[in-house]
Amino acid sequence: MAKRVGMEVSIAAAEAVRQANVDVISAYPITPQTHIVEHLSEIVANGEMDAEFFCVESEHSALSVCVGAAATGARAFTCTSSQGLALMSEITYIASGLRLPMLMIISNRTLSAPLSIWNDHSDTMSIRDCGWIQFFVENGQEVYDHVFVSYRLGEDRNVLFPVIINMDGFILSHVIEPIELIEQEKIDQFLPPYQPLHRLHPDRPVTMGAFALPGIFAEAKKAQEEALRSSMPKITETWKAFGDMTGRYYHPVETHKAEDADTLLVTMGSCSETASVAVDKMRQEGRSVGLVKIRLWRPFPFDELKKAALHAKQLVVIDRAISVGACGPVASEVKAALYGYDQRPSVYNFVAGISGRDVTPSDFIKMVDKAEIEIEEGNKEGYEIYGVRE
Amino acid sequence: MIEIRFHGRGGQGAVTSAELLALAAIWEGKYAQAFPSFGPERRGAPVVAFCRISDEPIKIRANIYEPDIVVVLDASLLKIVNVAAGLKSDGIIVTTSKNSPEKVKESLKIKNRIGVVDAGKIALEVLGLPITNTTMLGSVVKASGLIKKESIIPPFKERFGRIAEKNITAFERAYQETVIIQ
Repeated sequence: MAKRVGMEVSIAAAEAVRQANVDVISAYPITPQTHIVEHLSEIVANGEMDAEFFCVESEHSALSVCVGAAATGARAFTCTSSQGLALMSEITYIASGLRLPMLMIISNRTLSAPLSIWNDHSDTMSIRDCGWIQFFVENGQEVYDHVFVSYRLGEDRNVLFPVIINMDGFILSHVIEPIELIEQEKIDQFLPPYQPLHRLHPDRPVTMGAFALPGIFAEAKKAQEEALRSSMPKITETWKAFGDMTGRYYHPVETHKAEDADTLLVTMGSCSETASVAVDKMRQEGRSVGLVKIRLWRPFPFDELKKAALHAKQLVVIDRAISVGACGPVASEVKAALYGYDQRPSVYNFVAGISGRDVTPSDFIKMVDKAEIEIEEGNKEGYEIYGVRE
Repeated sequence: MIEIRFHGRGGQGAVTSAELLALAAIWEGKYAQAFPSFGPERRGAPVVAFCRISDEPIKIRANIYEPDIVVVLDASLLKIVNVAAGLKSDGIIVTTSKNSPEKVKESLKIKNRIGVVDAGKIALEVLGLPITNTTMLGSVVKASGLIKKESIIPPFKERFGRIAEKNITAFERAYQETVIIQ
């Protein structure tokens, strides 16, 4: 029987890494990711996990260790936040370009300046284009579950990509809640040992990360781009297999009371749960409001988003990051997904909850109210940072 | 869903208190959530921690602004923090104090139900330390009936190991000694 226990979400993440039989862990502590690394370093030191824990002097080295380890055929794990991710960013492109499966959990935190330790998505948006498969999760159970999903998916020979799980720092990482732990036998069945297609070995030399002249670079990049896009069926297949095992089914885009709604909130990450509370309240008042949640950020689920949102009159897209000088990055993608259709909803974009500012159900209701009024008055593609004191 | 806000000073274990209550509720099969007021730790400064307990899955991920229960781990906070802020009209305040519940209620200028125990004294006598976080949980359980009294034992044992017994004793004494007035 699966065991239901109360635990901190960061500890649940670390427990999943242990259960996933990871071979190499390398990470550098940074708030709010710290509890994951601390717990892993403790269980490795206690001999409760047969893994190498590499203590490094920086995040750049942490991810470099994972790249080297994955190249030799090891199952590798790292996690970071904010400035740590920024320092890793150079290596993120290398891991995906070399098609090396591994898992990174990002305990999302604001990028400096001003210096802030609190949550938003500016860290992960800074490496949006790094070519990894990128998930967002809503709660602790989803973090735990996606560790297994990520390794099985990334290591599939039709995929071979590193995977990022984005979990909101503090809002998820430091919360105690119930987690259903899966039996080890089931996990071992779902996630067999990694069988690399190619690996660095002295007996059978291969070249990885070779120099590419302009005459071949575009072809290599196209191959990577097509491989990431065409990993979509494997992503849904992996989620299906996981759902069949646990009863918890995941989808690239998920909805809540969205089918007949005139107005749709569009969210990503832990604020989706709070938004669902707001939607329930508005529904009780007879308002035609629903929720669309983006779980898969890369490859971006254009078709699934269109299916979920095209029928609505207006979308209220909530971003937890700013593309300074443009708008929220989620809103850009949503607009791109719908642009080709004559009958498409207006898209009103709020940036909310940056640097951990609380976003309550009533904040979501206020954003829906404001967007509906603005759109009614003709401001059909509005963009604003919510709740700023002026 | 019941929402609880803990007031303490950094280092006094307000977060631990919220966590243990959530763990006990989860142990009973309920849904619960516990989290700190996120930020750098500040020893001695007034801090808050939050706990939600429900029979249904908890979806909200925001701070608690209108608590059903307020718990105060340090009597000195009653004078410098508006601990009753946002408290529901039928909500309860549970606090440590050397004073009578009538006197505390009067000083807070509230109409709510209030539970008072001298948790500092109990903690000093039983644990040898003026740390009231586990002691005050006895008072919370007495005043609210949120969880069964014995449900606190497994999380105490897991968190405190060999010193769990002392904490259970302190919890039990606060449960017995808490005085509640309407």
